[in-house]
Amino acid sequence: MELDERVLKNGEHAVFRLRALYRKYGYAQYKMSKFEEYDLYVQNKDFLVGDGVITFNDTDGKLLALKPDVTLSIIKKTTDEEHVLHKLCYNENVYRISGSTHTFGEIMQTGLECIGEIGVCETAEVLMLALESLETIGGASVLDLSHLGVISALLDDTGADEIQKKRLIACIGEKNPHGIREICASIGADASLTEKLSALVRVYGKPKQVYQKLRALSLGEKAEAALAELETLTDTLDAIGVGENVRIDFSVVNDMNYYSGVVFRGFVDGIPEGILSGGRYDRLMRKMGRRSGAIGFALYLDLLECLDRRAKQYDADTVLVYGDDAEPAALLGAVRTLTEQGASVRMLRKYPEGLRCRRLMAFQNGGVVTLENND
Amino acid sequence: MKTMINVALPKGRLGERVYAMMEAAGYECPSIRENNRKLTFENEEKGVRYFWVKPSDVAIYVERGAADIGIAGKDILLEYRPDVYELLDLGIGKCRMAVAARQGFVDDTERTLRVATKFSRIAREYYAGRCRDIDIIHLNGSIELAPLLGLSDVIVDIVETGKTLYENGLEPRETIVPISARVIANKANFKFKGDRIEEMMDKLSALIR
Repeated sequence: MELDERVLKNGEHAVFRLRALYRKYGYAQYKMSKFEEYDLYVQNKDFLVGDGVITFNDTDGKLLALKPDVTLSIIKKTTDEEHVLHKLCYNENVYRISGSTHTFGEIMQTGLECIGEIGVCETAEVLMLALESLETIGGASVLDLSHLGVISALLDDTGADEIQKKRLIACIGEKNPHGIREICASIGADASLTEKLSALVRVYGKPKQVYQKLRALSLGEKAEAALAELETLTDTLDAIGVGENVRIDFSVVNDMNYYSGVVFRGFVDGIPEGILSGGRYDRLMRKMGRRSGAIGFALYLDLLECLDRRAKQYDADTVLVYGDDAEPAALLGAVRTLTEQGASVRMLRKYPEGLRCRRLMAFQNGGVVTLENND
Repeated sequence: MKTMINVALPKGRLGERVYAMMEAAGYECPSIRENNRKLTFENEEKGVRYFWVKPSDVAIYVERGAADIGIAGKDILLEYRPDVYELLDLGIGKCRMAVAARQGFVDDTERTLRVATKFSRIAREYYAGRCRDIDIIHLNGSIELAPLLGLSDVIVDIVETGKTLYENGLEPRETIVPISARVIANKANFKFKGDRIEEMMDKLSALIR
């Protein structure tokens, strides 16, 4: 049977297209269990987007959790071998506290992970796939790219302790220059460094323009090395013709205890939060006792409900009302004929009050008559 | 046609002052001064649409993207922690979040401190930072009444001049954090209207300095 694409919701549509996209680049689909031992999340609590995990006891008393995250499970299941590059993609439901409602929710997540020896080629491929994923969803989209090496180099220079660094990172994430100035002043950081940090959160735009502005700031050797890495990547994306929607934005700050290097976030016009999030998470790998590097991203597909919020006009397409005397085979035959013509037919003995349908039909004397057409 | 920037203004005196700043920055919308029951006001030529919302709701409108930018007190941002950009400190609506108690109150550190407040999160984090065991009493208004009736030992609330406190036999003690009005922006909408929003911020910050 051929699939009628009209029946697919935005999210479902995207799932199929994204799966096809990742498959094209050799990413293997990975199916996971819905549960995971709670221990895995306790050890890496900060890696999870929210604190909340739904837990329950298994029949043997073991504490399990409904998966709040996929990446940790994938890392656990891959082995650490030299010269092996794992390329995996997934489509799973995860359970976590969602950003704007602050309550537990089921989130449909699709993404991919590339685990092994990660260089420029692998990183550029993942970024390319992130960009193409956004394109798949349709509409205007933007991929914000940052490099944590730039920020951590500057933060180290401020002489801030861990708590102050955390506060500074929060301000960077908020594009909050006045907050940065306040904290820097309280720790007596160098004035030119303060200005560099607050300038960094304000620069936003296409890579070439941003690099030009940043060069004028002379950020120091370490930060500039990170910047050069970023430039190689954006140049590569430009060279293959997918760099149009890339923006540099240093306010993308994933947790530095887990992420290092390139981090990114994707936005689609019409969706009020980031729909794609990813980055290089070598530090998480170390914490989990792995030597290899890793990069990946996830898309939160339930957010696609925000798109295409046109008011529904009808509860049903065609309603076919029939009487007690209707001959079953003739009635069902008539319904089948109508569906073959492309209609969606709801067969009902009595027309319910308040139901709005596009077309009301009746089955009378062995035939179908149209009573009302609201087209 | 210019893309519209949706601005959530906090109802009340602060909102009026913010609108005056917006007007001075070149984003006027004369219809807002008319006395009518309209809920939204727009100036198509300037590309802005304003709406008044309850001050504590501004962050929700912005976080959910119904407003591109909004003006909220730092108190609201610290209490609700919306995932938004905080682009600018407008330097108006200045006050502080403070602990206040009856005049002459001595904190008995052997007992749990009862704290009445509208700002539970701010109060909890402040006392957690000093390892003080507290009992939060969440109230929605007339916080000053709590210590007077023995409902709480102290209150955590916004203090402007401290006049209301003194008139009621209370006094401000420690300052938790200074407060002022901040411009916040929806992160996703900023990606698609960033140039216009940045231009607005530049004009507004020129007024502050």
